[in-house]
Amino acid sequence: MMILLGMPVIQIILFGFAITTEVKNAEIAVLDLSKDEATRKIVEAIEVSEYFHVAEYVHNTKDIDNVFRKGRIGLAIVFSENFYENLLHTGKAQIQLIADATDPNTATTLTNYATAIINNYQRQIVATGPVPYQIVPEVKLMYNPQMKGAYNFVPGVLGMILMLICAMMTSVAIVREKEMGTMEVLLVSPMKPIIIILSKAVPYFAISAVNLATVLLLAVFVLKVPVMGSLFWLILVSLLFIFVSLSIGIMVSTLTSKQMIAYLISGMVFMIPVMLLSGMIYPVENMPAILQWISHIIPAKWYIAAVKDLMIKGLGVQAVLKEITILFAMAAVITAISVKKFKNRLE
Amino acid sequence: MKVITAENLTKKFGSFTAVDHISFEVEQGEIFGFLGANGAGKTTAMRMLCGLSKPTSGKGMVAGFEISKNPEKIKANIGYMSQKFSMYEDLKVWENIRLFAGIYGVPDKEISHRTDELLKNLQFEGQKDALVKSLPLGWKQKLAFSVAIVHEPKIVFLDEPTGGVDPAARRQFWELIYQAADRGITVFVTTHYMDEAEYCNRVSIMVDGRIDALNSPQNLKQQYDAANMDEVFHRLARGAKRNSD
Amino acid sequence: MPAVDVKGLKKNYGKVIALRGISFSAEKGEIFGIIGPDGSGKTTLFRILTTLLVADEGTAVVDGFDVVKDYKEIRKRVGYMPGRFSLYQDLTVEENLQFFASVFHTTIEENYDLVKDIYSQIEPFKTRRAGKLSGGMKQKLALSCALIHKPAILFLDEPTTGVDPVSRKELWEMLKRLKNQGITILVSTPYMDEAALCDRIALIKDGRFLSIDTPANITAQFNQKIFAVRGLEMSRLLSDIRAFPAVKTCYAFGDSHHVTVETGQNELQESVQHALYLYLLFKGHTNVEIEKINPGIEDCFMELTKADVV
Repeated sequence: MMILLGMPVIQIILFGFAITTEVKNAEIAVLDLSKDEATRKIVEAIEVSEYFHVAEYVHNTKDIDNVFRKGRIGLAIVFSENFYENLLHTGKAQIQLIADATDPNTATTLTNYATAIINNYQRQIVATGPVPYQIVPEVKLMYNPQMKGAYNFVPGVLGMILMLICAMMTSVAIVREKEMGTMEVLLVSPMKPIIIILSKAVPYFAISAVNLATVLLLAVFVLKVPVMGSLFWLILVSLLFIFVSLSIGIMVSTLTSKQMIAYLISGMVFMIPVMLLSGMIYPVENMPAILQWISHIIPAKWYIAAVKDLMIKGLGVQAVLKEITILFAMAAVITAISVKKFKNRLE
Repeated sequence: MKVITAENLTKKFGSFTAVDHISFEVEQGEIFGFLGANGAGKTTAMRMLCGLSKPTSGKGMVAGFEISKNPEKIKANIGYMSQKFSMYEDLKVWENIRLFAGIYGVPDKEISHRTDELLKNLQFEGQKDALVKSLPLGWKQKLAFSVAIVHEPKIVFLDEPTGGVDPAARRQFWELIYQAADRGITVFVTTHYMDEAEYCNRVSIMVDGRIDALNSPQNLKQQYDAANMDEVFHRLARGAKRNSD
Repeated sequence: MPAVDVKGLKKNYGKVIALRGISFSAEKGEIFGIIGPDGSGKTTLFRILTTLLVADEGTAVVDGFDVVKDYKEIRKRVGYMPGRFSLYQDLTVEENLQFFASVFHTTIEENYDLVKDIYSQIEPFKTRRAGKLSGGMKQKLALSCALIHKPAILFLDEPTTGVDPVSRKELWEMLKRLKNQGITILVSTPYMDEAALCDRIALIKDGRFLSIDTPANITAQFNQKIFAVRGLEMSRLLSDIRAFPAVKTCYAFGDSHHVTVETGQNELQESVQHALYLYLLFKGHTNVEIEKINPGIEDCFMELTKADVV
């Protein structure tokens, strides 16, 4: 009943706030090699707009790479040397917009907004000066130059499928035993509860590993999404995520003894937030603070972020240490809870 | 007057003949016991008579209607109760009565009158507002039976109505059946309690999809030289070949 | 040492009281029947004894081990068959048996002798999925699975419910053979007529034992005179008998009504019988037969629960 009445409320709120491809206060980096009047004005205009927040000022092109690797920055704006001078003397100046295109939608939105602000500035100075000044923004897409959607959804699909198979199927499989009455017989046997859990979890672990391989192979050979980084670490992180999902499934199975409820819990309470809040479809950055905060407790969010870094951006394992640590902690906590809750009696 | 006539009623599922050319007649006001081992074809036969399943061949008339042509008319003229589904547990006693009376097409203005009568007859007035799930099983079954005949059907079908009910409640249940039969309602009942078969005016025993015996309990006992219906049943059912539902 | 020794077991589920203080002991190698209607507490009692539930109060010792402290030991020593035959529906007959054998660290071959009797009846169907079996066959398979590790004590919770009379009889024959092999059997059933097949029985209602004894002793303790009355119009006969002043109870019992009567100090049983006969003739009944009978377990159960009857 709670689920039936509560779900629409949660969903409408989630969709209302989450389904917005609009970008607000996106964090960007600025590399200003010119540092003159014009660049200052443009940066100011960008900063006061509600769309951007300049999170970092960098000093050379190498730093740009670094800030992108950290993953916070969606866009970097590079002013070439002698920007204002060039503009005044030749009537032309160059701006480079470098966008993180792992999520092509966001990248497009960000560059469009930035271009609009720059064009606006251009109109202002044209109005004051005699010459038709021209600022030429040059857009460069990092990681995904062809703007393929696949770059974005492959990590998302991985997160979803693994979560679906592990959490839902494991919980349903265990609860099914309770419903059929076979759990009663198993409990009245010398078999240890931990063995019962393992015998349910191991097959789904294996199936998930196969799914992982299939999705990766399809991604590389059919969708032409290359694995840029270390395959070894990608697989390791995936296995860790599978483990987290399995333990979630086991935890759900300790909460209920009805298959229907197990489906509902795994479906409603886990799957929908995973789709909406993991950053798979809608960028988490644009959501209200509270939803962003909730998204932190969703394992898939961290997993998808890690896969993006490892697979698409080709970053090393040090870039995803944070994600790995968080997933590890989640695995430990959930496993502890579910093993503790899985009773060796009926009530 | 005959209220049920079956002529060579047959139901096949693929190559499997669940009900194999059964023929019998049931008189109005009769208590007819329909016995058989698990898998003998009782449920399939009962479903055909209730208009829930179409016979593969053969004819059946229930309450004056042909079962393959007028299943909807039949449903309006019968009551049905089984051990598995009887009442809505989360509704109160009177709500269940009102609901089923409505479903069975009792006219609106009569519903409250019949509800009161039914409760009085069962001496349930005090439990009117109790949730069905809070009642003991025996009471539930008595209530379920009364509800199944709230629209005064011509026939009521009872599928193992007394499983697990305590002995005293089981007796009271059969007294309700007697009362219904006295009012002219035909009672068609399946049971696994062989002592209950003795309450029936006539019983039929199904073995492997066929009716192997049909007579009054008294005559059956004589015919098979048995002390009770249990023995009669064993004589007949021991010969069964079929082993699955 | 008794096989099962229970003292003062109580169990509540929230407000619902399942067991109100139950004590009994079952000896090694006996068939102990717990007989009562649905909802009387049989399943709860079995779950406590098989270590699946913990009682609120009281102690229970099974095969010398405490059900709470030594539950691991008990789980090695007992066989349990819950009410709904707990089988893996999508595994075949043989796979089910193999699975339960491996759960108990044994093999089918090792204890085949014990289950042979029962299993051989379903062996022709060993490649069939358990979900596709009839009630009687499921029951046999479930019993084989509960026996495959050679338990000292077998707990059978309503093994005959929903099963036809032929399969029921077969099951009781199997239980008798198992008993002869020294296995203690605790069995619950709502069917009163199965009581006679047990060595000793406990009648249970509303979480309380009404009586614990051999079936013969329980019927011997029935202190009423009881008659079976037959006639042509059984329904009208019932209400007419009840209207007769000396009649205490009258219940329909299949082909006859069982009647208990009030007899004064000096009144003879025959005279009451005769008076009832004349009364029924006067009421217009024909073919009336009245016969003194010995009470059955069902008569005793109703006598013992008379106070609860609405």
